[in-house]
Amino acid sequence: MALLTIRDLSAGYDSHAVVSGLNFTVNSGDYLCIVGENGSGKTTLMKTLLRLQEPIGGEIIMGDGLQKNEIGYLPQQTMVQRDFPASVREIVLSGCQGRSGLRPFYNKAEKALVQENLKRMGISDLADHCYRELSGGQQQRVLLARALCATRKILLLDEPVSGLDPKVTADMYDLIAKLNREGITIIMISHDIEAAVRYASHILHIGTTIFYGTKDAYRESSIGKMFLMQQEGGEADV
Amino acid sequence: MFEKLALYLQYPFVRYALIVGILIALCSSLFGVTLVLKRYSFIGDGLSHVAFGAMAIAAVLNLTNEMLLVLPLTIISAILLLRSGRKAKIQGDAAIAMISVAALAFGYLLMNLFSASPNLSGDVCTTLFGSTSILTLSRRDVWLCAGLSLAVIVIFILFYNKIFAVTFDEDFSLAAGVNANHYNLLIAVVIAVIIVLAMNLVGSLLISALVIFPALSAMRLFHHFKKVTICSAVLSVVCALLGILISILAGTPVGSTIVAVDVVVFGICYVVGAVTGGFH
Ligand SMILES: Nc1ncnc2c1ncn2[C@@H]1O[C@H](COP(=O)(O)OP(=O)(O)O)[C@@H](O)[C@H]1O
Ligand SMILES: [Mg+2]
Repeated sequence: MALLTIRDLSAGYDSHAVVSGLNFTVNSGDYLCIVGENGSGKTTLMKTLLRLQEPIGGEIIMGDGLQKNEIGYLPQQTMVQRDFPASVREIVLSGCQGRSGLRPFYNKAEKALVQENLKRMGISDLADHCYRELSGGQQQRVLLARALCATRKILLLDEPVSGLDPKVTADMYDLIAKLNREGITIIMISHDIEAAVRYASHILHIGTTIFYGTKDAYRESSIGKMFLMQQEGGEADV
Repeated sequence: MFEKLALYLQYPFVRYALIVGILIALCSSLFGVTLVLKRYSFIGDGLSHVAFGAMAIAAVLNLTNEMLLVLPLTIISAILLLRSGRKAKIQGDAAIAMISVAALAFGYLLMNLFSASPNLSGDVCTTLFGSTSILTLSRRDVWLCAGLSLAVIVIFILFYNKIFAVTFDEDFSLAAGVNANHYNLLIAVVIAVIIVLAMNLVGSLLISALVIFPALSAMRLFHHFKKVTICSAVLSVVCALLGILISILAGTPVGSTIVAVDVVVFGICYVVGAVTGGFH
């Protein structure tokens, strides 16, 4: 059975669907990239997958023993987070909130997990720094470490590289690819199609036409060809 | 001056007033950080006006224990405001403005029409700006305030980690399987309790100041959530203590004296924060 099975899913707001007719599966170890134009509903879809909002139609089936509190999420950054007074350790520790349940304080194992994930992200030395004083790339690593404290199985990342410079972007992609090789399933939103076809195993393209398949099938598909060309053209213009 | 103070402190009701004042200041500052960071400051403001309206109704009904009416009404409004605020951001703001102004107007109207009190404007002034002297608290008030404050502090300590998580990133909490809505509800209810408590100390118009100033001051100085929380609690207690003592000695109204001290301390923290860039 697949980790996630999506059947005929519609997602949107107030019964107005932004995307609909989605059918796809995510297996353990997959690296799924969700691509599409701005405003095509990528974030809406991810929030629906996370159960932050109810699906308008269809269903999302969790399999392989995936529990609700075993999902790691890296949201698009919000305004509140940017000026929030918190240390890196405090934020990463909050990744353990799902596993600590109703217990009021974090235990030794959870603190060790934080240490491990700080190390994994290469930010151990930043543990006592203030989050809002970090660079964009460092902040994303902190949020990724937090997400890793919540899960060993699946990460959902919403535009993890937006606003990062090219070198930091490449590092971030490598880091995510490494996590995927370690066995963590990745679902990532990106509007960088070139990176998507380089790193992902599967592509979900949403918009006026919907495509789901492996990245090789996407490269061969008409919509994939068109989009890849568009982006190359767009970048050539700049 | 110290002799005068020592003289006052011999009276048990002065000591009670100090204890209650400190407890209220402590618990209002604890949730102040969350209130500011969650952009809920406006809810605090709206709720304090609701509490004023409820107080007016209680006065008209001639209730002996007005808390029994004011507390539930404020809690219900807190829950409703939180709901509306989440659903639609702009309309939520408008709803709060409407409710708070309406509560003020009807509260004053009710008091004017039905109050049997010989000193109406005095009563209104007390409800809006706090008692001229905290020493008029009855023994029952003292126990109720102390009990509620302790409950708020215990809740804060037990749920500290969850409150941090839900304040920092609600979506992540939900995605990680934490029922963030329950915690939002908890925060709303506790804020309502704090506002009703603080009304005894500073009156309904000055509550927001009591809740928000220590948090803003602490955020100027520190950049870790725990340090900000502790600093804001310390500042709030110190300001309340100073304010109460000054008001006893100088005969000034207690609520506005405390808030004045809070404002001065904020000014100092602002300058210190700007000069040193805060402490790590
Ligand atoms: N909270 C909301 N309420 C109503 N509509 C929304 C909300 N958030 C986003 N939308 C709309 O849903 C559409 C998809 O948005 P989004 O999922 O954020 O797109 P993407 O992430 O692909 O850029 C947009 O047209 C946007 O205006
Ligand atoms: Mg988006």
